[in-house]
Amino acid sequence: MLIGQNTFAELGFPGRLIAVEGLDGSGKSTQIYLLKRWLELEGARVFFSEWNSSELVKSATSKGKKRELLTPTTFSLIHATDFADRYERQLVPLLRAGYIVLCDRYVYTAFARDVVRGCPSKWVRGNYNFACLPDLTFFFNAGLEVSLRRILDNRPELKYFEAGMDLKLSTDPYESFRIFQGRILEQYLAMSTEFNFVVVDANQPVETQQSIVRQIVGSRIDVSKYLAVKY
Amino acid sequence: MNSLFKQKRADHNIVVPSLSQRRFYGHGLPGVKLEALSGKLIAVEGADGSGRSTQITRLVEWLEGNGHATVQVGLKRSTLVSEELNKAQQGNILSRITISLFYATDFADQLENIILPALRSGFMVLADRYIYTLMVRDMVRGMDEAWVKNLYGIALEPDAVFYLNVSPEELVKRNFAKNHSLDYWESGMDLGLSRDMFDSFLKYQALMEHQFKRLQATYGFKIVDAHQSADAVNEVLRNEIESLLVR
Repeated sequence: MLIGQNTFAELGFPGRLIAVEGLDGSGKSTQIYLLKRWLELEGARVFFSEWNSSELVKSATSKGKKRELLTPTTFSLIHATDFADRYERQLVPLLRAGYIVLCDRYVYTAFARDVVRGCPSKWVRGNYNFACLPDLTFFFNAGLEVSLRRILDNRPELKYFEAGMDLKLSTDPYESFRIFQGRILEQYLAMSTEFNFVVVDANQPVETQQSIVRQIVGSRIDVSKYLAVKY
Repeated sequence: MNSLFKQKRADHNIVVPSLSQRRFYGHGLPGVKLEALSGKLIAVEGADGSGRSTQITRLVEWLEGNGHATVQVGLKRSTLVSEELNKAQQGNILSRITISLFYATDFADQLENIILPALRSGFMVLADRYIYTLMVRDMVRGMDEAWVKNLYGIALEPDAVFYLNVSPEELVKRNFAKNHSLDYWESGMDLGLSRDMFDSFLKYQALMEHQFKRLQATYGFKIVDAHQSADAVNEVLRNEIESLLVR
């Protein structure tokens, strides 16, 4: 059994990890928030973790982004460092303690983004192979145009790396963002079968999507086994 | 006397190094033209107290005296993460995969922003430790060798790698003579080999030495007996580098 090719359940962890993936603007964060609320209200032991949020690594990442110091390689490595910190210090201990861990983005985000940035896929996947695969991964597919509209309609200030400006796809940040997101979507779709993503049509109303999510979680995970002890 | 004569002659007849056969160890970096890297990359490995910095200082002087431009790199010197990495180590709050990836980030940043540009400009790049120390540290900590090798597959193969080999017993003496104390990390205290720092230092350095020699089989670096005087060690290094430049 290889760690990077098996799920937490397959490796005998008592806890379960559920990940959501999708483009910016696909609505995945809303869906995982609602899933978290449901599980909490059911009384389950739940922990939520977000991509790029490790306190320690964050200052280096934001410095790198602000000063545009990052190359595709260091961009990839610094996000792997962030992930490893959360993985080793939070995710693994909690999964061993029998928690349901919810992740807003998991290794697939790196697999898609870093490869679009030109890093060799085998190198990126190899670097992340210390991590077990999620027990359940939802991919929110809103289609490129819808995702772009949700983000771009507000005419946000697009950040350099967020817009993929480092790839020199276009000098216009909005155009660059479109091309970049399109390529990431291609990568996600290519991984969908390989990693058994549960693909959710994210063009549906929030409630419709959430009931699908809850139904699938309920059928795959016996939530009653994860109830928190009341003191 | 002989070296003085050579030195004089070099002033008028500066050797232009021949092009190296370049390769990355693994997947490498996207978009790098290897044939454009006309400088030389020389790495010096060895524990604290093995004389690395002394040797590098002398090599720099010698190379510059012979008309070669030099640049130095080393661990934890990147603009990107050196500050954070130092902070994390002081608090000792990172787990091993995280530390490992953090160091790899530090290395990659220097590789792309210092080493490669310098080699492109025809500089002699002297690395005060390269990937081998990092790999050996990880392996001593029980990390998967294939994982470590994949990670450092971004590294460029140097033109020469010297491992300054000093026995753990001698290293202790040198460290005490210099600082009157042993470093927490150089003693491998995070490994829990012994609660006694002196004991842990000896055990840890022996493990490091063992892994270095194991890696030597794969990476073929030159093991230099650094129990000798600094002069004698430098002589060995200069001879090797000299033959590298005219090759």
